[in-house]
Amino acid sequence: MIDNRILQSETALNKEDFTNDQMVKWCPGCGSHGVLKAVENVFPQIGYKKENFVFVSGIGCSSRFPYYVNTYGIHGIHGRAMAIATGVKLSNPGLSVWIATGDGDSMAIGGNHFIHIIRRNLDVNILLFNNQIYGLTKGQYSPTTPIGSITRTSPHGTIEHPFVTAGLVLGAQGTFFARVLDSNIKMMTGVMSEAAGHDGTAVVEILQNCIIYADKTHAPITDKETKDDYQLHLKHGEPMLYGKNKEKGIQLKGTKLQGVVVGLNGVELEDILIHDQYEKNPGIHRMLGKMGPPDLPVALGVIRSAEFETYDDMVEIQLESVRELSKIKCVDELLNSGETFDIE
Amino acid sequence: MADQYKTKKKNPKIKEKDSFVIKLAGDSGDGMQLAGTLFSDVAAVLGNDLFTFPDYPAEIRAPHNTLAGVSGFQVQIGKEKIFFPGDLCDLLIAMNPASLKTNLKWVKPGGIIIVDSDTFNDKAFKKCGYQSNPLEDGSLDVYRLIKVPVSSMTRESLPRRDISAKAADRSRNMFVLGFVTYLLNQSLDTTFKFLGKKFSSKPSLLEINKSILVAGFNFADSPGQALTTYKVPKANLKKGRYRNITGNVATAWGLLAAAERSGRPLFLGSYPITPATEIMTEMAQNKALGAKTFQAEDEIAGICSAIGASYTGSLAVTTTSGPGFSLKSEAIGLAVMTELPLVIVNVQRAGPSTGMPTKSEQSDLLQALWGRNGECPAIVMAASTPANCFYYAYEAAKISMEHMTPVILLTDGYLGNGSELFRIPAISTLPEINPPRAKANDPNYRPYKRNPENLVRQWAFPGTEGLRHRVGGLEKTDIYGIVSTDPQNHQMMVQIRESKVRKVADSIPLQKIEGKETGDLLVVSWGGTEGSIRTAIRKMQNDGKNIGHAHFNHIFPLPLNTGKILGNYKKVIVCELNNGQFVKYLRSELPGINYLQYNKIQGMPFFVGELIEKFNHILETTRHDR
Repeated sequence: MIDNRILQSETALNKEDFTNDQMVKWCPGCGSHGVLKAVENVFPQIGYKKENFVFVSGIGCSSRFPYYVNTYGIHGIHGRAMAIATGVKLSNPGLSVWIATGDGDSMAIGGNHFIHIIRRNLDVNILLFNNQIYGLTKGQYSPTTPIGSITRTSPHGTIEHPFVTAGLVLGAQGTFFARVLDSNIKMMTGVMSEAAGHDGTAVVEILQNCIIYADKTHAPITDKETKDDYQLHLKHGEPMLYGKNKEKGIQLKGTKLQGVVVGLNGVELEDILIHDQYEKNPGIHRMLGKMGPPDLPVALGVIRSAEFETYDDMVEIQLESVRELSKIKCVDELLNSGETFDIE
Repeated sequence: MADQYKTKKKNPKIKEKDSFVIKLAGDSGDGMQLAGTLFSDVAAVLGNDLFTFPDYPAEIRAPHNTLAGVSGFQVQIGKEKIFFPGDLCDLLIAMNPASLKTNLKWVKPGGIIIVDSDTFNDKAFKKCGYQSNPLEDGSLDVYRLIKVPVSSMTRESLPRRDISAKAADRSRNMFVLGFVTYLLNQSLDTTFKFLGKKFSSKPSLLEINKSILVAGFNFADSPGQALTTYKVPKANLKKGRYRNITGNVATAWGLLAAAERSGRPLFLGSYPITPATEIMTEMAQNKALGAKTFQAEDEIAGICSAIGASYTGSLAVTTTSGPGFSLKSEAIGLAVMTELPLVIVNVQRAGPSTGMPTKSEQSDLLQALWGRNGECPAIVMAASTPANCFYYAYEAAKISMEHMTPVILLTDGYLGNGSELFRIPAISTLPEINPPRAKANDPNYRPYKRNPENLVRQWAFPGTEGLRHRVGGLEKTDIYGIVSTDPQNHQMMVQIRESKVRKVADSIPLQKIEGKETGDLLVVSWGGTEGSIRTAIRKMQNDGKNIGHAHFNHIFPLPLNTGKILGNYKKVIVCELNNGQFVKYLRSELPGINYLQYNKIQGMPFFVGELIEKFNHILETTRHDR
């Protein structure tokens, strides 16, 4: 419904329409390069006029993103991208608003804005680069760093329980959550396209590698030897199967998800959960979001995409209805409303 | 019954007065604000000029009859222009012993005190620390004490028997208002009109309140009272349409007017904070005019959402008070760096930290001027009366958009909550606002290309063809806006930003002086103190004193003639409700002048009496210096 207000481009666009002449200053081998490629792929596909995209970011390596893509953009201050983007979208709902943020930017200094933009369900797309470390300040632990990690500020290992991004997003009543790998540009492109099509706050968590300060932080999921057993690629309407030959599946047993082998111990294909990303009840989505090694694979793809009213829509609808009902149509009428008296 | 009251008085002893100050004081649930507002509205309709100030505690309903719970409403009405709510009152209404105890010091010697005598009992004395009954121990001998059994009379005056005593007690304010209406020779009909509007959806409450109003009026008129009554003649106001307005409402309306005049939609991102919240609530009432009001999750989100809206082409505003202003500092820096328009309204209150949230002060000036990291100039201006908050909010929005820069507008709790008569302008008479908007597909558009005359860059809204660009907090090259750490470029950009803001001085009015161009003593002030200081100066000028007054609304940049004005007087004294912030700033901007200072930091406005005493003392010593 909202997307109708974002004007479509009259001509077909391509990648070059969104690249600019700025030197990309991320480290060679950084996962952010892949995200930039995916965005350049997906923006022409989305088909909006190129002037109707706005990129907003906070501070951190990933927050340099707006400088590297040829759209309107604001590189903001640390943690505040969601708040800035809120003003952009409310001021002009006809814009497609994208936020680039990191695990520290969104869940430490900007945690408050992150949960509230999600709670309001503002129609924006959040690309959350989660490399589980502070990169730009050179290697301090973040809110998603695994407990026990040795970093510059935790020389004896962190003693903090990390956030699971999906838990935080769905706890804040998120309507869209997806998880992708920085190395899989095809998957990112597909998921970003779905995010753009979702009316409401779409959070795309990118499991990103920081080659300098947290190399292989997502190793069990990304390593060649283990990835088949630790990656579950979700597809709406299809059974949740994984493993080298898709021989394993996710089953709901009691109140828990379990990994089972199809054909073993009497488990049949119909015992395996079918993914329903559009289900409004977030129960299974939450379990899927929090699932992970060592017992279970990590869920990738769109975990949740539920339809709820968006904040920006409700703002416009309310404004319109108030305008229709009000007798006051301009500031002169406001000034002369209520108790006034004339001096002759 | 309700409409029957005597309009002819048996006892027509009427004293005419040029002005009259009334303070109503009671528990914070006693309805003093409502009674005071009604009285003021009636006075305005009857042609008096006026200035009101509510004095309420931070607690919503503090324990009954405690000093902490006293809520007051002061109003001065007059036959000439009234600039402030008055130092001391001619009439104090004390609804209980605690209200008397807190407010007695504000009553003129010989002034009238009306108390609800029903509330004066040993239990109440103990609660507020009276050792003996003040109504009987002689401590009120210098005043004219009128004991009125308000509580019992109110209960007796109910129009029906099915109303509980508790409900009746909530209308004690109406009994008192009826009494005061008689005392000031106002008409109850006008009060009925206002009440009728207020309770239009609650006819039974209207009936009760009217009955009790009449009872209070008639009680004052009873033969036993034999009261001297007072009349303040109509003020000689300039022809036009007027209304009573608080500074916070005027601020909201000024911004709405600027939005309409500039064609830029208004976006307000704010977080509730005393005493600034009413600007946001007023804006939320006016969605019909297209104002988008966003109640953010915190102060930072308030200003950041405004910055996003500004980038996108809205007239963006954030409103707050001291503590919230501190939280916004980093984001103000972003608005300075991105050179985006943004109006930041700080309704100052007594600090530091949480301070005294409901008390007024002028102590955020230096923070407004310099409280940010880096070389970070922003326009600073200050409104000085409740009604002129409208014009300064309008001007703040105009300067902000036309000069592509954040503007900090300082008001304070005293202006924000205080009210005065406002002569309603036609929006078409306000100055035009012409934001420097970039044209679609302009091949020469560059984000930091400037108008050579005022150094202002253009405003290019997302969605506009051919103007895609990025802004941000990192230093940029001039013209092209490319991220840069080049040393020479940084120094140049710092200087450009400073010059751009200083050049605003070319387009603001010259500083005026109340009084002669030269003289013995020039009183310098800024912001919310204008009314009391101007009243003091006028009195002294009428007494033939060689004294002048320069009251500043533009602070950074200062009006171009400021140095000249200050240099023409023998002595200069800077009066502020802080520890000397404007004077510190003047000493740095315009050194070479010997600035005297007078500072008050009590959460209270200046009193005319204390100002006159201070200025006379300086004039005395000036004479001795010769």
